[in-house]
Amino acid sequence: MTQIVVLVAQRLALGLLTLFVVSLIIFLGVELLPGDLAEAILGQAATPETVAAFRRELMLDLPAHERYVKWLVDMVQGDMGRSLANKREISELIGGRLGNTMFLASLAAVISVPLAVTLGVLAALYRNTLFDRFVNVVTLSSISFPEFFVAYILILFLAVKISVFPSISNIYDELTFLEKLYRSALPAFTLTLVVVAHMMRMTRAAIINLLASPFIEMAHLKGLSRSRIIVMHALPNALGPIINVIVINLAYLVVGVVVVEVVFVYPGLGQLLVDSVSKRDIPVVQASSLIFAGTYILLNLTADVLSILSNPRLMHPK
Amino acid sequence: MPNMKELENLLARGKITRRDFMGRAAALGVTISMASALWSTTALSATPKKGGKLRVGMAHGSTTDSIDPATTSHAYMKFVQLGLRNHLTEIGNTDKLIPELAESWEASADAATWTFELRKGVEFHNGKTMDAADVVASYNHHRGEDSKSAAKGFLDPIVEMKADGKNTVVFAFREGNADWPYIVSDYHFAIMPSKDGKVDWESGVGTGGYKLKKFEPGVRTSLERNPNYWKEGHANFDTAEILAVIDQAARTNALTTGEVDVIDRVEVKTAHLLEKNPDIRIEETSGTAHYTFAMRTDTPPFDNNHVRMALKHAVDREALLQSVLRGRGVLGNDHPISQNLRFHAGELPQRTYDIDKAKFHLKKAGLSSLTVELSAADAAFDGAVDAAVLYKEHAAPAGITINVIREPNDGYWSNVWMKKPWGAVYWSGRPTEDWMFSIAYAAGANWNDTFWEHDRFNVLLKQARAELDEAKRHEMYVEMQTIVRDEGGVVVPMFNNFVLGFRENVKHNRLASNSTMDGAKGMERWWFS
Repeated sequence: MTQIVVLVAQRLALGLLTLFVVSLIIFLGVELLPGDLAEAILGQAATPETVAAFRRELMLDLPAHERYVKWLVDMVQGDMGRSLANKREISELIGGRLGNTMFLASLAAVISVPLAVTLGVLAALYRNTLFDRFVNVVTLSSISFPEFFVAYILILFLAVKISVFPSISNIYDELTFLEKLYRSALPAFTLTLVVVAHMMRMTRAAIINLLASPFIEMAHLKGLSRSRIIVMHALPNALGPIINVIVINLAYLVVGVVVVEVVFVYPGLGQLLVDSVSKRDIPVVQASSLIFAGTYILLNLTADVLSILSNPRLMHPK
Repeated sequence: MPNMKELENLLARGKITRRDFMGRAAALGVTISMASALWSTTALSATPKKGGKLRVGMAHGSTTDSIDPATTSHAYMKFVQLGLRNHLTEIGNTDKLIPELAESWEASADAATWTFELRKGVEFHNGKTMDAADVVASYNHHRGEDSKSAAKGFLDPIVEMKADGKNTVVFAFREGNADWPYIVSDYHFAIMPSKDGKVDWESGVGTGGYKLKKFEPGVRTSLERNPNYWKEGHANFDTAEILAVIDQAARTNALTTGEVDVIDRVEVKTAHLLEKNPDIRIEETSGTAHYTFAMRTDTPPFDNNHVRMALKHAVDREALLQSVLRGRGVLGNDHPISQNLRFHAGELPQRTYDIDKAKFHLKKAGLSSLTVELSAADAAFDGAVDAAVLYKEHAAPAGITINVIREPNDGYWSNVWMKKPWGAVYWSGRPTEDWMFSIAYAAGANWNDTFWEHDRFNVLLKQARAELDEAKRHEMYVEMQTIVRDEGGVVVPMFNNFVLGFRENVKHNRLASNSTMDGAKGMERWWFS
């Protein structure tokens, strides 16, 4: 057990280093983009004087390294700073958005993970039957279409033709949980369709891979039923790769849903990031990227710990 | 000729005047007294009703938006601003200038000093009574070293601005400024409450028909009616919710499924399909917004007017209008003054696609063929790249080779516009001739994107600005439009209409054409049936 604690501590320390590197890369990346916030906000209406006044106000006239160090010092003290564009506290700006993104990701995960694992197990159990083929065809088709297409198809059938769900997700704090659930239904379904295939195929493949192993053969010879062999003997041993794929998809649900957010006008973090990049609002870009990077680091860590717990051999690398 | 029912519809929607209505009704065989009765029932039935929650889906809105009128630049924030705040004057729904927070105004004989008498007893949302100090502070908000306001340029020529008592504000300019009452209706010059000469814009408090409940930049703004609103029959909705729905398909879906009541920027390619839905009404107004291809007249070969004239004759405007805007617009005549403005030069013949004339001008310029580059990106206007490619095809028979350069959308206004020698540009237009010419055609103007200097034009511009006699001004502005058309550096193929989509239960009078969304004042002008 101590080994796990050590591993977690090591990983967290490495994670902090990663976050620092990420922040540096993001800062340099946004700096390299042509134009700055003053020009981007004033747009066509910019004049040299107003741009200069704006820059002075935002301290964009300071050299880049000074601005980075100042931001870093504030950040380490827990102050994310204010948006350059509208002077709002970034924590406040991001807080609600992050909540929305997490809500949608959890909703999609709650639907898709059990669905994918169940389908994967069933497909392994009845492999090469019509059922197996059908599940494969359906999930692979839904992953092959671009997300916005899946989204539009769902809107067409579930919002326009039959008005079951709203076509846009107008989410805000005052809504009750059930209302939020209802309004987030279509984006959650879209995400489910997009991520199920990956997890389901991995479950199926990992289980089938094990079916040739001696211990499965043994279980067969003992006269156990096929379903018992797969659920009780094969699945626990296949958990490692399955968990990894699930975690990758969870991370995707948090950070990769900009397109779905745009189509359903869902007020999540992705849209905030895109807006901020296009307006060169560096503090907001930094804060959102760090959240995204942190999500990846934590989820990967979770995946590793869970894999080790499910397969203690991994604790003793050669 | 429409039938009677259609005529009534047009009337109810404020699309025709009484004179037109009577004329057309007579042509349909309706007696004058009958038509007169019809006019009054249909036209007067448009009495606003109170109540309901207006939900609007708009094509703009970004997380970087702010309710500071100094940095307001797009339709979403304009719409919110004009719900919250008032101005000294207003462009009414019939496009006429009417008083708003100012009750009356008058100019000195040289039009250089303007005195505005304020409406008395108007209260801000926070209960403070609006007075001259607030007006002065609201204007000062755009002035000075640290101003980042796009409207700063208008205030630079002010020599003195002062409150004369509680209800009078005096603006004194270096020189005559005949259009000043129009300029003060600009959305930047919102009147906000002040304290010690500083305005408070952060709270969103104004004198407008709606109070700000919650502002989430780039997502939604919720507002509630100001029960205390001083305008009769305005601000009819109990509450309003303005959503930023940038995605075209999402906006269209939201309207068809009834998630929102009004959308702006209906996609012209699918508008005719939406029109078939009985629950939806598509409305368009032809406004001041226009598309241009601006040539830098300080850069060869565009420094030669014959080259410019050849290019102006080498584009089929009608084809651009039909394919890029699906006919939802008005042909341009190579000057930026729309037909809705007071001094539009309607008498100027429409410039047409004429290969022979293009060749003639090329020859005059001493060229047998011409190769130029045209920069375009859809950031300039929707369909700018398509328009540029069509231009290339139209110009080819005249021996002109146009290489269309597709520029990135990101940073178009800072890296391409006014940098590249020839490029596509969008202008939302301005409500007066002087304003439009002063910001983009006068020598040395900040946005003179053709880098054009024309002595006679600049002299006329100054004269007309200080002239209060309308007939004389008309003459001068017509001459200026002619000069821009025949010697300017700009190709103006078309003016685009504002296309709005309404649910059938949203009612309105005639829609103003000075800006989209009924002059951005829909929130206080519309109502539910």
